[in-house]
Amino acid sequence: MTEHATPLADWLVIVPVIAALAGAALLLALRRFVWIQHYGCGVVLAGILAGDWLLLQRVLGSGPVAMTMGKWLPPFGISFVADAMGAGFALVAALVAFGAWLSMLATVPQAAVRRGLYSLVLLLMAGVNGAVLTGDLFNLYVWFEVMLVGAFGLIALAGNPLQLDGAIKYGVINLIGTALFLLALGLFYGLVGALNMAGIIGAARSANPAVLSSIVLLLVFALGLKAAVFPLGAWLPASYHTPPAPISALVGAVVTKVGIYALLRVVVMLLPDASSTIAPVFTALSVATMIFGPLAALSETGLRRSTGFMLIGGVGVAISCLARPGETAISGGIAYMIQAALGLSALYLLTGVIEQMLAPRGPESSRGLYTNRPVLSLLWLAMLLSMSGMPPFLGFWPKLLLLQGFLEAGDWLLVFAILANALLTLIAGARLWTRVAWGPSAPLGPVRGYGGAILLAGTTLLLGVAPELLIQVSRIAGAGLVQSGPYVAAVGLAP
Amino acid sequence: MQVGLPFLVGILLAAGIYLLLSRALIRMVLGVVLVSNGIILLIFVAGRLTSSVPPILPSGTSISAAVANPLSQAFILTAIVIGFALFAFLAVLVMRAYQSFDADNSDHMRLSEPAGAPRPPLEY
Repeated sequence: MTEHATPLADWLVIVPVIAALAGAALLLALRRFVWIQHYGCGVVLAGILAGDWLLLQRVLGSGPVAMTMGKWLPPFGISFVADAMGAGFALVAALVAFGAWLSMLATVPQAAVRRGLYSLVLLLMAGVNGAVLTGDLFNLYVWFEVMLVGAFGLIALAGNPLQLDGAIKYGVINLIGTALFLLALGLFYGLVGALNMAGIIGAARSANPAVLSSIVLLLVFALGLKAAVFPLGAWLPASYHTPPAPISALVGAVVTKVGIYALLRVVVMLLPDASSTIAPVFTALSVATMIFGPLAALSETGLRRSTGFMLIGGVGVAISCLARPGETAISGGIAYMIQAALGLSALYLLTGVIEQMLAPRGPESSRGLYTNRPVLSLLWLAMLLSMSGMPPFLGFWPKLLLLQGFLEAGDWLLVFAILANALLTLIAGARLWTRVAWGPSAPLGPVRGYGGAILLAGTTLLLGVAPELLIQVSRIAGAGLVQSGPYVAAVGLAP
Repeated sequence: MQVGLPFLVGILLAAGIYLLLSRALIRMVLGVVLVSNGIILLIFVAGRLTSSVPPILPSGTSISAAVANPLSQAFILTAIVIGFALFAFLAVLVMRAYQSFDADNSDHMRLSEPAGAPRPPLEY
């Protein structure tokens, strides 16, 4: 039992969330001062990045860190817990946000800044950090909402008809998803009697397995909506390409990944008994998503819409580990999620730069990018190859871990599906690149706002040739999900 | 009450889902509201209905079965606030959409996914 006050060092767990919320409020109050907005947001994001980095260091060194606020002790009170998965994901999300900020600095009009662009970015970051660091299922719902409010606002910010259309589709379907999540939580609370994650691990063992599996299926449906799993993901390619590219990058790389994060957390760590019952559901969902995503990307001409379909294919790869929840496969899934957040945000930012250059002529007739801007076009190609999982790039390593896990389990269907996804994504990416980059030279617009793209693509390339850090973090995170003992002990309950 | 409320939850959810299936955006928004209210009632029931004794105890005593469950009421309060905020946002969004294009029929909302989008070339 936690009886003593939280040690000062453990307050680090909520520093990123508090920094983001306070920053958002401050920038909202100062919204007339455009320069303060521009650089204040960067300072706060750098602070969040530093906090998440320290947190990850601490967690890797000494296991999960927990704090419980107020004197409501677990399993009733709301705990904040950082484990390797949560801290690692928070760090990557902060890095993506920093890259997106660099790119917003150069491309976003002042009107958007006055409307509170940076407050919404920080609000979204508060939601993301809260969702991955909370140790309470109902609190996860609250942070999900905070994140969605930020994302709704960002997508609808410019308020032209295209963005309103995207925001409505995104908003309505995500509200339905949230309502279903809340429904599942209500039923879950009625059955188990606890919503603190560490408390659930103990309490769910004695619950009726049949009722529990049906509630878990409802949870999977709700979180699958948010993660854009195949039959539920039609909202994603309808909305993610409508806002300016840095916003697409932030929302596309971070928000759907939080859905996957929640799926992993709930299914693998909280309810390991139910997860084996519903594993066939995940096999079907992930195989369908892995094949559908790149096939739809093949049929698209819009650059960012096509990227959105590749994102959906990646969601399938990430959740495939839930069909065979062994330690290696889960580590692979976590590594894939981190890789996809970096790679996709770089891809969205690069696509935004390229779209602006091609804007005078329209993307359909666009050719000759390679002759004009060889470095930029090769960087884009590298990110596309990384998405498909070609060896020298970062996308290769998580898929290798996943394949290793599935081969250990002897699941040939998933092995085949992952390889097919890699091949189809490769074809889709290569066709996209060929169409834009090859051909005779033609006049292009200026290159603007590539700083964020260089940062994120550079990180992806660097981690691709030196993947030890990523693999080490995801192995620790995977082990922490499968063996939840240290997590429960950190919160202060008997494992 | 414990028997009647689940039926009320069912009716609210069914009506909400029926409205969600409509083409008109305003009905979809009302459907979202009905669904979230149904779910709020469900959480209330999931916390077990008891007599109206407040869960305030003198120090040293422990909880007896006769007090109301404060946790589910705290959940409901949070869910109502969040649900209302999101509903307000969505209502404004729908109004803006109605002003700038024909959003009363969602079949016409093809701006972000144009029906006649160009196909990729078959050869290079």
